[in-house]
Amino acid sequence: MNINLTLIGQMVAFVCFVVFCMKYVWPPLLAAMQEREKKIADGLAAADRANHDLELAKEKAVERLKEAKGEAAGIIDSANKRASQIVEEAKQAATVEADRVKASAQAEIEQETNRAREQLRAQVAALSLAGAEKVLGKSIDKSVHAELVDQLASEL
Amino acid sequence: MAGETQTVSEYIVHHLTNLTYGKLPAGYERYDGSVVGEGGAWVMAHGGEEAAAMGFNAIHVDSMAWSIGLGILFCWLFRRMAVKATSGVPSGMLNAVEMIVDFVDGTVRDTFHGRNKLVAPLALTIFVWVFLMNLMDLIPVDLIPHTMMLLGVDYHKIVPSTDPNITMGMAVGVFILMLYYSIKVKGFGFVKELTLNPFNHWVFIPVNLFMEVVGLLAKPFSLGLRLFGNMYAGEMIFILIAALFSAGLAWAVPAGLLQIGWAIFHILVITLQAFIFMVLTIVYLSMAHEDH
Repeated sequence: MNINLTLIGQMVAFVCFVVFCMKYVWPPLLAAMQEREKKIADGLAAADRANHDLELAKEKAVERLKEAKGEAAGIIDSANKRASQIVEEAKQAATVEADRVKASAQAEIEQETNRAREQLRAQVAALSLAGAEKVLGKSIDKSVHAELVDQLASEL
Repeated sequence: MAGETQTVSEYIVHHLTNLTYGKLPAGYERYDGSVVGEGGAWVMAHGGEEAAAMGFNAIHVDSMAWSIGLGILFCWLFRRMAVKATSGVPSGMLNAVEMIVDFVDGTVRDTFHGRNKLVAPLALTIFVWVFLMNLMDLIPVDLIPHTMMLLGVDYHKIVPSTDPNITMGMAVGVFILMLYYSIKVKGFGFVKELTLNPFNHWVFIPVNLFMEVVGLLAKPFSLGLRLFGNMYAGEMIFILIAALFSAGLAWAVPAGLLQIGWAIFHILVITLQAFIFMVLTIVYLSMAHEDH
């Protein structure tokens, strides 16, 4: 346990190792560690940002979906409206057509009736004339009495 | 182990003697009866008495070799990792080294508030180097000294931190740094601190100076002697337990268990002592930087 030159030797060695550590060990190690720390922090921040973006995108998607749903409902609504309108129009057209057909049918019927009546009348006139001729026995001048019979017939 | 030709006390003394190379004074009678001639002689000491006779002109070859060897191991290992270190994913040894560096860096940041590029590497060097030197304590006490004896080297002490020269050498190095930074940072304020504290009156200057100088000198002494004392005591207990083996076969098992138990406990001590040496160095340097 003597104090001797070892003390000085240890001091010199101490200085050498500290200087070596200060020059060649500490700076590169710490630089690498700090760089890695920064890299990790950046990575975490990026992940956070991505998460946030995802959240936003989700929200946006939900909004879009809602919008699309609304739009679809509108389209269906207007389509329904249009369909009922078309049906209404068709109904109207059909009624009009039916009326028209009915009217023309009625007109035809009337025409037919008139014609039948004319024919009947003419036949009646002829029949009555013929009857009268038979009753009176050839005494009747056809031409003189024709006017009379016609008048009679038109009164029928 | 204490052999047939060795008593227990001889065994212990043998284990506590450094391999010393130094200058014997003129007229000293050596162990073999030869007398050192005019002007002294540089020789390997044969035993503690000759080493003591050498005085200051001696060097503990074993302490120096192990201390420098472990220092070089530290530098080599950490330098290799420093070259390998990138900002990518670290692995293996690099992880361990970075953990130590991060730990030291955190401690320095917590304790030292000034700006100094030296303190952190200094703390790292002290921590790892002292730890490695203390770690030698865990190598079985007889393994290397006995091997060296078979190789023809009489004395060998492998734990550098059980040599007060080694611990005090580091403490004095720290002390010089403390003085340097005190003067650099505080300038004349350092003289004021020594003379006008704690009694701020010119009459008390001698009293203050005495108290402050004692306080200042106590720092390196406590730093160096604490490490030395702890490691020396630990080593001593290892040697005493090892000496038990010579007490007969019946003692072999309890001695072995004791050795293992003490070694496990000592893992804590060597780490703690390295840590304390580092923290105190940081604290002392931090105090040197504080301007009142």
